[in-house]
Amino acid sequence: MTASIVLTLASDVRYLLRIGDTCLIHAQRLAEWCGHAPVLEEDIALANLGLDLLGQARALLAHAARLEGGGHDEDALAFLRDERDYFNLMLVELPLRRGGADFADTQLRCLLVAAWLVPLWQGLDTSRDHELSAIAGKAVKETRYHLAHAADWVVRLGDGSEESMRRMRAALARAWPYVAELFDDDEVDVAAQDSGLGPRSSGLHTPWLQALRPVFADAQLTLPAATAFTSQGKRGIHSEHMGPLLAEMQSLQRAFPGGVW
Amino acid sequence: MTSVSASSRIDAAWHALRNVPDPEVPALSVVDLGIVREVSEGEGGGLLVVLTPTYSGCPATEAIEADIRSALEREGLGPLDVSYRLAPPWTSDWISAAGRRKLTAYGIAPPPEPGASVVHLMARNVACPRCRSARTERLSAFGSTACKSIYRCLACREPFEFFKPF
Repeated sequence: MTASIVLTLASDVRYLLRIGDTCLIHAQRLAEWCGHAPVLEEDIALANLGLDLLGQARALLAHAARLEGGGHDEDALAFLRDERDYFNLMLVELPLRRGGADFADTQLRCLLVAAWLVPLWQGLDTSRDHELSAIAGKAVKETRYHLAHAADWVVRLGDGSEESMRRMRAALARAWPYVAELFDDDEVDVAAQDSGLGPRSSGLHTPWLQALRPVFADAQLTLPAATAFTSQGKRGIHSEHMGPLLAEMQSLQRAFPGGVW
Repeated sequence: MTSVSASSRIDAAWHALRNVPDPEVPALSVVDLGIVREVSEGEGGGLLVVLTPTYSGCPATEAIEADIRSALEREGLGPLDVSYRLAPPWTSDWISAAGRRKLTAYGIAPPPEPGASVVHLMARNVACPRCRSARTERLSAFGSTACKSIYRCLACREPFEFFKPF
């Protein structure tokens, strides 16, 4: 087994990892649909979404690795950290094909995350970090396409048959306790905003709601009330689902250290 | 100032690059696709080739770099320094006019001309590359590669790929 790496986590590195890990883990969950989606077109779509997210994660992790300065590359960051050193939103690590979740959860999550990433990429466009603004400038075009695609499906299911409507509403009830984290500021957010690195999380709430409202109206979904619970994935505290996800995602690099295609 | 030999080396490099096909859309060269942003004399006398990848997750990026390296080295134009430039981001507007014609001939509907009109995310009125009819419909938002979606023609009934405006 290859030993885990330990990073020196300056605030900038932490900020980058929160975004990069969210893209990475979201991609990993979407990839689980490969060969299993309900229709071929959607199988291809989910793999394509995952591929874009993985490319975004790769660019962000490579940049975080350079800033961190410990001599690691993006593969080491992706595959050789321990669970508490991943800083993704908890929402993206929750199961999509097990634990009662289904295709409605998948499309709803894609919508919730894309509607959050679009204003984030836009905010990063003016970052003092030119590499980060370049990554964001490329990613925003990809994420807009993801947003439109997920919105189509959320409307189709939410405003579809009784069964699809029931499932979409159940998916929303399952996802909602985890959305407070998307807008939960801490010292990393404040430092990023103050230093011109990027927007803080709370600033994404208004554009996120603006993107969701017309979709929810068409999908006959009601925005649920805020929850008292705030998940802590961005601070490295994960759900019980993260360990098995990492075990699968890391297994090849742990078994064959340094293996490349 | 660029010396004569340096400028002829750069011309020779562009010529060689026009014959390097994109591995996923082989009808187009990497130059047609607009991903080669610069060829110049690098520091230390090497030839600098700057690429801008299409999509963040494009799996062909590494294959493209390997193909470019072997094509230029075969012409004796090395040593090479291949680097990546993300900003400004690649856009389908950078596909050359010749590239658009080649796509149509290959059976892939090209993206709209740069600045032709407002580009919709989900393009409408995509003309069939076989019979030119504008009566087409989208079958799938995503296709065999990140840069394409799948349409069908309602006139000639043939399915075809559409290079997404991006």
